[in-house]
Amino acid sequence: MSETFRSGGSTSAGFGRALVAIYAVFALAASARSIYQLAAKASDAPVAYTLSAVAGIVYVVATYALATDRRGLAVATIGFELVGVLGVGVLTLVDGELFPDATVWSDFGAGYGFVPLVLPFVGLWWVRRTSRA
Amino acid sequence: MNDPVAYAVTAYALVAALYAGWHLWREAPFSNGLFYVVSVLELLLIALLISGSIALGRTDRDVDGVLFISYLVTTLVIPPAAILWGVAEKSRWGSGVVVVAMLTVAVLVVRVLGIWQGAYV
Repeated sequence: MSETFRSGGSTSAGFGRALVAIYAVFALAASARSIYQLAAKASDAPVAYTLSAVAGIVYVVATYALATDRRGLAVATIGFELVGVLGVGVLTLVDGELFPDATVWSDFGAGYGFVPLVLPFVGLWWVRRTSRA
Repeated sequence: MNDPVAYAVTAYALVAALYAGWHLWREAPFSNGLFYVVSVLELLLIALLISGSIALGRTDRDVDGVLFISYLVTTLVIPPAAILWGVAEKSRWGSGVVVVAMLTVAVLVVRVLGIWQGAYV
């Protein structure tokens, strides 16, 4: 365990490699969904689709930051992701009218097995974990 | 595209995920065995894309064709990416990447079936 969870390593090494893979999947899923939504039916739910696009970009940047060991950028994007999933999760519960169509962050990411809710915590833990000397 | 085919591919992807998970558990890095298992999945997915495209051309049902084909094409990208990344990481997490990839393929194929049945319109 000490070998794979080693401290002071790159955010993309060891367990980080698997984490980057998960982020890559969500970057792909959120971006592809948003491109499809904006291209096919942009006027149906502008708030939800704009949010999908923002989420897609955040995941892409977070994936890039983790893969290239850019800690500041990683913390900023993962932090935004955490605020996003919590904020949108609460909003979809309070006012469902605002989001007539789903996004990755709706209902705290329930449509994606709550992985979007867990992922930012794991991401922040990992950046912190690898930074210890 | 019939349901048993999609479920068979999903089941295979899940078995591949378990196999990779077993590697992870034993702290084993990416192996030759994993390479073959993942390669076979790629062949299955290519077959699924071809048969899916033919079925799409023949069906009278109201299927969102663009979404259907783009999902099928996306699944094709994942196994090669898993192999490249799995080989590059020398620790057990090379197998971890494969676990993630195989689970992703399983979810995507279930979604492809959903699109075929008109569940996500």
